[in-house]
Amino acid sequence: MSSRDTILQRLRNRSGGELVIPDCDFSVLQRPLSSVAERIDQFEKTIESVHGEVHRCTRESWIARLAGILSCRGARNLLVPAAHQIGRALRDSGRDDLPELLIYDEPIGSWQPHLFNEVDASITSTRGGIAETGSLILWPTPDEPRLMSLVPPIHIAVLEASGLYSTFHEAMHEQNWASGMPTNALLVSGPSKTADIEQTLAYGVHGPKELIVLVVE
Amino acid sequence: MADPIKIYPPKPSHVYFYATCLIDMFYPDAGMAGIQLLEREGIKVIFPEDQTCCGQPAYTSGYHDEARAVAKAQLNLFPEDWPIVVPSGSCGGMMRKHYPSLFKKTDQEAKATEIAARTWELTDFLLNVCHIKLEDLGEPTTVAMHTSCSARREMGIAEVGPRLIGQLQNVNLVEQIRAEECCGFGGTFTVRHPEISGAMVSEKVDALTDTGAGAFVTTDCGCMMNIAGFAEKNNKPLEGQHILSFLWERTSPTNGGGS
Amino acid sequence: MNQSTAEDPHHIDVKEFHSRARAAIANPKIRQNFRKAMDGLITKRKDAFEGWDLEALRDLGANVRLRALANLPDLLEQLETKLTANGIKVHWAIDGDEACRIVRNICVARNAKTVIKGKSMVSEEMELNHYLEERGIEALESDLGEYIVQLAGETPSHIIMPAIHKNTGEISELMHEKTGTDLSNDVEYLTASARLQLREKFMNADVGVTGVNFAVAETGTLCLVENEGNGRMTTTVPPCHIAVTGIEKVVGNLEDVVPLLALLTRSATGQHITTYFNMISSPRKPGELDGPEEVHLVLVDNGRSSIYQDDELLDTLRCIRCGACMNHCPVYTRVGGHTYGTTYPGPIGKILMPHLIGLDEGRHLPTASSLCGACGEVCPVKIPIPDLLVRLRQESVDGDKLNPAKIRGHGAKRGTVEAMIWKGWSWMHARPGVYRFGTAIAARLRKLQPRQLGGWTKYRTAPKLAAKTLHERMKERGQ
Repeated sequence: MSSRDTILQRLRNRSGGELVIPDCDFSVLQRPLSSVAERIDQFEKTIESVHGEVHRCTRESWIARLAGILSCRGARNLLVPAAHQIGRALRDSGRDDLPELLIYDEPIGSWQPHLFNEVDASITSTRGGIAETGSLILWPTPDEPRLMSLVPPIHIAVLEASGLYSTFHEAMHEQNWASGMPTNALLVSGPSKTADIEQTLAYGVHGPKELIVLVVE
Repeated sequence: MADPIKIYPPKPSHVYFYATCLIDMFYPDAGMAGIQLLEREGIKVIFPEDQTCCGQPAYTSGYHDEARAVAKAQLNLFPEDWPIVVPSGSCGGMMRKHYPSLFKKTDQEAKATEIAARTWELTDFLLNVCHIKLEDLGEPTTVAMHTSCSARREMGIAEVGPRLIGQLQNVNLVEQIRAEECCGFGGTFTVRHPEISGAMVSEKVDALTDTGAGAFVTTDCGCMMNIAGFAEKNNKPLEGQHILSFLWERTSPTNGGGS
Repeated sequence: MNQSTAEDPHHIDVKEFHSRARAAIANPKIRQNFRKAMDGLITKRKDAFEGWDLEALRDLGANVRLRALANLPDLLEQLETKLTANGIKVHWAIDGDEACRIVRNICVARNAKTVIKGKSMVSEEMELNHYLEERGIEALESDLGEYIVQLAGETPSHIIMPAIHKNTGEISELMHEKTGTDLSNDVEYLTASARLQLREKFMNADVGVTGVNFAVAETGTLCLVENEGNGRMTTTVPPCHIAVTGIEKVVGNLEDVVPLLALLTRSATGQHITTYFNMISSPRKPGELDGPEEVHLVLVDNGRSSIYQDDELLDTLRCIRCGACMNHCPVYTRVGGHTYGTTYPGPIGKILMPHLIGLDEGRHLPTASSLCGACGEVCPVKIPIPDLLVRLRQESVDGDKLNPAKIRGHGAKRGTVEAMIWKGWSWMHARPGVYRFGTAIAARLRKLQPRQLGGWTKYRTAPKLAAKTLHERMKERGQ
């Protein structure tokens, strides 16, 4: 008999007999209704407590704000989505205070060392955010691949304020995740960090050292 | 298993007093103090002569047959439906929380469950059933408290001791650091793992000594034996007393109210 | 000194618990490192649950896990079906050896020479690194704590914080010696150095191996919880990802992960959430530009299906590996993780390891507890750890005729003398007349009471018998 069948048979022929299936009351996860403004405040407070940086901007102001953020960090380049509106808006902005704009349009194998060693910052869209935990929801796509939000030392995420949910539970239900998950779905809550050396926090251990969120209201 | 919700009974006319073997042999004064506190509340205290030990030492050591034989001998001591009060969170916890499972699928199961339901730790009983009001007759003093792990976690009475002592006007109750941490007693653990237990009690004595109180009270004789015994052996300025002795001494005129 | 031994960590004798405990207790550095870390974690956990109805959340966590366990075989099949449909290959392993072989065979088929690893306690349980290294495949840990422990040739001393037994100075010296970094107490510098070294390794690794925190049957999704990003690297950069997990990690619905995640991160490190919650449901699809071409899941039994047979022991399988029980354990805090000599240390290890290694081998584990109950009190899925410790003690002495022992190696701790003592104790205490007579005599003879009582009086004075028992005093009172 295969290991699979042996294991399943052992589990099915449990000597203790049938197990009782308990009820699961998820109401403890519910939160009172909140306004967008309240959710933004909570999101900002929570993500800042884990070293994330939040900039509130508008559809008109975000590019200028982004240019400021990048120039004061001396970023030489910025990886932007090829097709998403964010990338297009940046390419079409005609600003000369933005760094060189790069796009991720080839399979990673062909440019991995470059991505790892030469890219200073990236910008991605988000699929929403979670106020309670200060989290960004990312579903990487061919336009915004998985490594885009992971490898460059600075990750900038654009979050539409209207896409802020109170809780993970609410976001999952509202967006109906159970009906089909993508290759990779992520919650990102702050920059990469570790406390493995004597409980001392250090940022950017493997992923970005900085996570900057542009909340567009 | 979910914790049963505690529903305190109305103040009864009688209680059974289950002394525990440690109090019987080593700290009978604490037992007498408990009895006198109950009597002062107008309750008739019945001391079943045939009581010995709740069976916990054997139970926690894994000798359940031996524990069951001893526990079975206790089940017949409480024929009336009066509450059973125990001056110990540990032994009280054994009877309240573990008797039902110890007697599961035996002829005594129903009886054990019934007895478990009317077993109370004595300070909890004084505070929440008798609604005792204490008048402090003692000199001003400072004391620390160590609530046993079983009193805290099995019996859920971490607040009880401090609230009782809080009624005593002249007593300054100080809190040790890491109050929730075990003193290292744990019955046979002290002899099976003496170094670990020793390290635990050493730090507990430091925590209590650091309060500057010089004395501590506790709900359980096991902890007291452990903590005070360590302090004595190592010449630490720390004295231990059962909380019942402390409460009785400070509120009884016949004792001169001195502690 | 066992806590920092560089000897082969794969053959630690569990039975040497006592001597390792003595050594750890005598080592102020170890005591200080653990105490400091545990104190911090206790406070952080408390703060993280501020404002929550913690009991209701723990009830939900426990019920979600119990529901999954009640449906375990069905859920495993559903998980397999879903993952397969998603393009993830599922493997089943009876024990650690088989799981290692599966991983190696995948490596061999890909001609893989280097494996980069994310944190996985199951892979520690399998001793995967050792297995692969012996067969010429390099296995490198990428979680910073695991990386440090691997550099030192040790095993993790905590399931969440593997290098918690070391302080910054020790880590700095280790990294200097093994990787040539400068000596420094600057944690940022040490972390940045590790980042550089490991980035090279990520780029060149042939296979990534990780654990799994939750496997969702409904959607065929593998969930990984982490802060560093090494888990994301490991599951995205190498062309092949192999996840290994215990069969108990499956849950039914996607929404089940919500309470478990909320409990896990808060209980483990006092975080509202970790930096990354990584949900993987398929290999790279056509048109996608990164991610592994191949994803495998190895479902490891290794004793779990035996635990599953018993209603009481089954609770052990609820565990979500947060480590809160060790953080709150006064014994773990004193002796540290290595003293246990087992993959999983602390309270959860004491109830889990006897199943994996047998009660004969692990017979000191259930006794190394004062049964203070702190572990059960903080367990996010309400595993009654103290009750299970008592159950294992019972099994290790075959102490209950009504509930015969079941675990492999049971009865190993039953000694004739000890059993006789308890029989005598029981005989006396079940006979009130004998008890009263005996205790009264003892009170009369109290001057002859021995002053030395073994382990007790090594640290404490002997308790003093009263001149009269309470029984006698009550008799005098006329009661």
